[in-house]
Amino acid sequence: MKHKMKSQIEAIVIGASAGGIQAISTILSGLPASFQLPIIIVLHIPSSHPSTLSKLFKNIVKIDVKEAEEKENIKRGTIYFASPGYHLLIEKDHTFSFSNEAPVYFSRPSIDVTFESAAWTYGEKLVALLLTGANQDGANGLRIIKESGGTTIVQDPAGAEQPEMPRSGLPYVLPENIMSLNQISEYLLKAGQESGKML
Amino acid sequence: MHNSDSTPHSPDTTVQEIADLFEAIYVRYKYDFRQYSVASMNRRIHQALLGMGRKTIADLQKTILEDPLCFNDLLQFLTIPVSEMFRDPSYYKAIRESVVPVLRTYPSLKIWIAGCSTGEEVYSFAILLKEEGLLDRTIIYATDINEISLKKAESGIFRIKDMPKFTTNYLKAGGKKEFSSYYTADSDSAIFNSSLKKHITFNDHSLATDHVFSEVQFVSCRNVLIYFQSKLQERAIGLFHESLCRKGFLGLGPKESVMFTKYKNEFRPVDMKDRIYQKLQG
Repeated sequence: MKHKMKSQIEAIVIGASAGGIQAISTILSGLPASFQLPIIIVLHIPSSHPSTLSKLFKNIVKIDVKEAEEKENIKRGTIYFASPGYHLLIEKDHTFSFSNEAPVYFSRPSIDVTFESAAWTYGEKLVALLLTGANQDGANGLRIIKESGGTTIVQDPAGAEQPEMPRSGLPYVLPENIMSLNQISEYLLKAGQESGKML
Repeated sequence: MHNSDSTPHSPDTTVQEIADLFEAIYVRYKYDFRQYSVASMNRRIHQALLGMGRKTIADLQKTILEDPLCFNDLLQFLTIPVSEMFRDPSYYKAIRESVVPVLRTYPSLKIWIAGCSTGEEVYSFAILLKEEGLLDRTIIYATDINEISLKKAESGIFRIKDMPKFTTNYLKAGGKKEFSSYYTADSDSAIFNSSLKKHITFNDHSLATDHVFSEVQFVSCRNVLIYFQSKLQERAIGLFHESLCRKGFLGLGPKESVMFTKYKNEFRPVDMKDRIYQKLQG
């Protein structure tokens, strides 16, 4: 399958819920240590849990992984996870900010909130992935990213552990951007290589 | 760039439109949002456009400048009344363990809850201090910029459906009694005891434009600084520093810190995880 690659991707955002840890592992474990783009991930987990996602993924991926911090500069080649209990937003100056406002689809962090601010900041230079999950958080965010000219991709609901979330994003993706996890991984690899050439 | 059929939440707003709106609000109403983090404000302005039936930010700006009541409506969107009693129970537990023993040594106490919103944190403190035998010698200054939130806080009335969550938090925070002993319940409301309220004063105060009003032994300001840009965060921490007595305590939210401000050497961390600091000099 051929995918037209936009020339200047600046960031990748990923949203996932139930089944997300496994799906994200599959996607990220294929990326090389030299991967050049920032990846910002919102994965729903209960807010009572201590935030162990970055620790968990450190053992799986070859790129730097950390929890996003308030006012932190978003760096290339780093994977950031949203903290439990707070929405994660991306400012125009490419720093993170947090919000404590009401949960969206019972979720805080909400995928929609992060996607929406990422669209606002990165516009067409954004790639967004919506993966497995059992609610509709993220679909509105995908819509906004698409309207802003960004690239929207969903995990093929047929292969997703929980199809509802990627299915709710279907209206906002091109048919060729409904992908299996392996296709997504290949896509990101290629996006990373393209972006490396731009440096 | 503006798309005329854009739906609310579409991120096609420019930073300039928001800056113009905040400048207009500041000039007309003296509320200063000019150094708030923009991404979150962008979201809330779009919620306000939807909620107030306005199409563009320019339209919204015109409306609120003409009508103070409309401005008050907008203010409810721009300030975020979302909180829980004993939110992050470990914070309150750490205060019981590390701060209360020092507070006990003062003959009288003043405590400032900055950005108190609808009062959940304020009543949490009143309950904690009561259980520690300190409330009778304490004045709690609860401040916020939103008058409607302050009035709600002052009423001491909360939704009954939130009580199970608050009760769980209270117990995890080291609560010593039945949480329900602090309120009278009816079908929708929990009305908190006036014995808690008589030690609290609710006041309009802005961390962006106002100054220090009293010397206090403890400042708690949680999940407020996350909405501020760095310079405004620094101003707020400066106010807390000025207000605190020597060896006074400052408690922040779990994502907030004094460490990235010029005041980092003026405080000693008491509890890194729960973001409790002690002022060094005086």
